[in-house]
Amino acid sequence: MGCLKSRGGQRLSGVLARLRQWRPGRGLVIAVPMGWLLLFFLAPFVIDFKISLAQVQVAIPPYTPMFEWVQDKALAIRLHWHNYAFLFTDSLYIRSYIYSLQVAAVSTLFCLLLGYPMAYGIARAEPATRNLLLMLVVLPFWTSFLLRVYAWMGLLRNNGLINNALLSLGLIDTPIQMMQTDFSVYIGIVYSYLPFMILPLYTNLEKHDNTLLEAAADLGARPVTAFLRVTLPLSLPGILAGSLLVFIPVVGEYVIPSLLGRPDQLMIGRVLSDEFFANRDWPVASAVAILMLVFLLLPIMLFQRAQQRNAAGQT
Amino acid sequence: MTRSLRLLCAISFAALVAACGNKPADKPAVDVAPPAEEAVLNVYNWVDYIEPTLIEQFTKETGIKVNYDTFDSNELLQTKLLSGKSGYDVVVPSASFLEKQIQAGVFQKLDKAKLANLGNMDKDILTITAKHDAGNEHALTYFWGTSGIGYNVDKIKAAMPNAPVDSFAMFYDPAVIKNFKKCGVTVLDAPDEVIATVLLYLGRDPMSEKAEDLAAAEKVLMAIRPYVREIKSSGYLDDLANGEICLSMGWSGDVGQAKSKAGKGINIQYNIAKEGAIMFFDMLAIPADAQHPGNAHKFLDFLMNKEVAAKNTNFVRYASPNAAAFDGIDKDITGDANIYPTPEVKAKMSPNLARSQEFTRELNRTWTRFRTGK
Repeated sequence: MGCLKSRGGQRLSGVLARLRQWRPGRGLVIAVPMGWLLLFFLAPFVIDFKISLAQVQVAIPPYTPMFEWVQDKALAIRLHWHNYAFLFTDSLYIRSYIYSLQVAAVSTLFCLLLGYPMAYGIARAEPATRNLLLMLVVLPFWTSFLLRVYAWMGLLRNNGLINNALLSLGLIDTPIQMMQTDFSVYIGIVYSYLPFMILPLYTNLEKHDNTLLEAAADLGARPVTAFLRVTLPLSLPGILAGSLLVFIPVVGEYVIPSLLGRPDQLMIGRVLSDEFFANRDWPVASAVAILMLVFLLLPIMLFQRAQQRNAAGQT
Repeated sequence: MTRSLRLLCAISFAALVAACGNKPADKPAVDVAPPAEEAVLNVYNWVDYIEPTLIEQFTKETGIKVNYDTFDSNELLQTKLLSGKSGYDVVVPSASFLEKQIQAGVFQKLDKAKLANLGNMDKDILTITAKHDAGNEHALTYFWGTSGIGYNVDKIKAAMPNAPVDSFAMFYDPAVIKNFKKCGVTVLDAPDEVIATVLLYLGRDPMSEKAEDLAAAEKVLMAIRPYVREIKSSGYLDDLANGEICLSMGWSGDVGQAKSKAGKGINIQYNIAKEGAIMFFDMLAIPADAQHPGNAHKFLDFLMNKEVAAKNTNFVRYASPNAAAFDGIDKDITGDANIYPTPEVKAKMSPNLARSQEFTRELNRTWTRFRTGK
């Protein structure tokens, strides 16, 4: 980039013009995200899958190799599928998968209930205020995520800000136990992921044509009916996008439940880290991760189907 | 708009690729021949685990620049070591982890000819650590300590006037621990260590790998689970210091730090249980692929110097394995029977030996059931 600039703007615009005419450039542009996916999704996935088919051993690295030369003559390939079978012999894994899905579903619902009116409000606000409001949604990202979760600990703990304020006001006699409850975990998750719900919803709602609502009103629809029959169906892609952006990362969430939650709320992220760190069992840890991905593919594929149907419906 | 977005993606992609190619700092770009070792040493130690002026002193004495990096869990260190090429020259795993890591070929043997101060080390400690590392060939003890009972004196007295504060019954007898449910109890998230203390409490062999012993320990743990608020190995010393909890199974030095951190009117005490204790040893070792093994040996020898060891102990407040340093250590440390236990108490202590892979899995599974209460 730098060297291009130093050779002068005229040269640069010439290059750009030529680039625009160059048709294979399209393939090149697609190659970038493809390369990205190949490098940061497919490659780790294949490595992970390979480890999940190995066995533990005390060595560097702590699992058996997949390919081995037997007496320098034959190549032996060793695949151990039992790590996957093992995940079904102990109910721990299935229960934590289900619990993770449940936490993700509930959190997504709360994010939607909170985020939808907020996104709607921002989309309907004056353009000047709109930018300010959007800024406020994004602003928390300027502080480290970890620090914000720690801040919640400071607020919620027995000896924390909220309890101390209530105690000194004489509203309660003994501190309310808020940390290490379902409440603290959900508040942490909903707080952290709310922007991921608001932003896609906003981009959708902001594009809505106001004349549609006017037409609905002309035809005698009350505001509630107009919302339910016009705005809500039109915002469905936004709802779906926001829900997926919240749901998928929450399933694998590890930090928030371990900082704010009770130890009996066993999510799959914790199980995975225990296998990896405490049991020193990289193959089983990898199998847990692969299976989690398979579980997550389902909602993603449903989303894809819904989008395709949507696109087909519009044409 | 979309074009600039794509450009942005491409740029960030390029930046990421460039970042991935970066080597850890101060590794020589070209391999230097062994005799001409660069005057650099990469140390990876626990947080708050060295007297801060000692590194400067070492650099002044030897001209070797120290890159000092810290970690807070054995598991994290182990993962780096087992992935290979950690880039560190000196690391400090606990002995129970070191034992397995030696088997995995992570460490090189110490060149004892380069360790002139080796004679300063306590013979009793060497005998015990030899159970982890036969002949003490791969590592030196840096500090050692115990896990025991840390508590808030006044809150415990208020909750149960005749509490058995010198016994693991504080945790493992439901009739006792239930009194502390309201004021808050934490237990270390160290499965092997805690289960060993349950076995001590039951009068069984703490290092047993028998299924029936594990089942007996699980029964005790499940019975007390409703009274335990949190299971964690870090952060409990702050909770103890600010009165958030009143009882925790903790490590000797951590509770000592809680004591000095404690707010006004909060009185923290650490007791070794009369049933015995599990000893842990933090070991100085040199990875097999260390780039500066010569400097690493110099650093180890420096830490064994008796003045240096005494100065370090006065800061860290764990027991030092350095017998020659004893007289230079503050009397309130050497005189504290909970840091430097009497021979009778010492006789009832057991090192936390590594268990087999199969038993570790069973043990951790039991631990998960305890943690979740299911």
